[in-house]
Amino acid sequence: MRATLDGEVVINLEPVFGYLHRGIEKLAEERTYTGFVPLTDRLDYVASMSNNFGYCLAVEKLAGIKVPERGEYIRVIMAELQRIAAHLISVGSFLNDSGAYFTPFLLMFRERERIIDLFEMACGQRLLYNYYRPGGVSQDVPKEFFPALKELLKQLPGYVDEYEQLLKENEILMARAKGVGILPKEMAINIGASGPTLRAAGVKWDIRKADPYSIYDRFEFDIPVGVQGDCYDRYRVRMEEIKQSLRILEQAIKQTPEKGPVRAEVPQLIRPPVGECYAHIEAPTGELGFYLVSDGSIAPYRCHIRAPSLMNLTALRDMMLGWKIQDLIIIFGSFAITMGEIDR
Amino acid sequence: MTKTLSAGEVVKQVAVKFPGAATVLNDFAVLVDSKSLRDVMAFLKTTPGLDFNYMTTITAIDYFQYFEVAYNLVSMEHNHSLTVKARTPREVASLPSVISLWRAADYQEREIYDLMGITFEGHPNMKRIVLWPEFSGHPLRKDFLK
Repeated sequence: MRATLDGEVVINLEPVFGYLHRGIEKLAEERTYTGFVPLTDRLDYVASMSNNFGYCLAVEKLAGIKVPERGEYIRVIMAELQRIAAHLISVGSFLNDSGAYFTPFLLMFRERERIIDLFEMACGQRLLYNYYRPGGVSQDVPKEFFPALKELLKQLPGYVDEYEQLLKENEILMARAKGVGILPKEMAINIGASGPTLRAAGVKWDIRKADPYSIYDRFEFDIPVGVQGDCYDRYRVRMEEIKQSLRILEQAIKQTPEKGPVRAEVPQLIRPPVGECYAHIEAPTGELGFYLVSDGSIAPYRCHIRAPSLMNLTALRDMMLGWKIQDLIIIFGSFAITMGEIDR
Repeated sequence: MTKTLSAGEVVKQVAVKFPGAATVLNDFAVLVDSKSLRDVMAFLKTTPGLDFNYMTTITAIDYFQYFEVAYNLVSMEHNHSLTVKARTPREVASLPSVISLWRAADYQEREIYDLMGITFEGHPNMKRIVLWPEFSGHPLRKDFLK
């Protein structure tokens, strides 16, 4: 990001990308459909599970694979846990940027750690999970997973209340974030913003409701929306989404079948019929989409990734002009972008 | 559930105003003549009943003889979606920009220019986005087959 200042006021701004460009879309063309899953981890690296999810959905749509029930539930549970973990990092680093130096951040890492422990139980990894597969997940969760998850779900609401008590009506946070960096509703839609950024602007649009994928039509949850689309609203929407994710998790645990396969019988080398498809999910940052083109071979002919963070940044310049350099950091922090996803 | 509009129905509506500009490519995709791309897109965005106010993504695909660019559009009001496609020859890879309709096209068109080498006419800032300016070639093209 290159900013031109007049004293403390931002008069021009140009986002500069590319420092993390690894050519992931091109790499997809040389890998098998399953072999590309670990690379999707490296897009939004704080929400690897969601990336796996979006990609696997696209392959399943293209190849017509149906996921077994237990597999579907485990996927949704992982995706929602991932949403909570990613939102905790987003909110934590936003507060870090706004001057609450590391206290809330480390509090939130305490809970994130518990979620990461659950992921480690399921797949052995703590950051880049590589857990989903076209047709299900790589392996069933161990038997101690569900008791540990239930235990965590008992404690998480208390932790969330703790942050709310600390921060929700915190005077300093309100003074710095309220009314700052407003993204109006029309502009949010026009720039293709998605996720908490779009919903903070007051648009009730969540892919889980608008175009339910997987088994999201079986759960009851609300879509939190903001009032005016400022930094405070974006923070609020994330906190409310954590609560909604907890609701989904409660329901998912009750509905998960005790036994059953977690992965459909899929050939080692998937050869989808010639064609193309677009599949999207509601990732923590927004609408993550995969546009896959198949030529009938074992590797995708083209794999385009719609990165929500990139689209959310489109209006960055408009939102920052005229604000002071201190606000610039808060506005930027409120988007909770991941560079790995923007540059791909 | 987002409803995928049938390409035939949309082509019929477009043909009333722009005869011959749009053709049915398959069940879900409409192929638009690259010269009238911006007009047809404006029609899709503003016509009541279609109201495609949200542009999801733009994908460029290299088919050796030509480039194909797929635009995924969504209407939040009616919750329906459509894929619009345009083609451009490899030698003079160029398409009109739709940035005046959806600013969502801004970075995506730049990215396609950078990685696939398609110029978008009318884009105010058509320069490389992820690679450095001196880089030669366009990595996503199928020029590098073993």
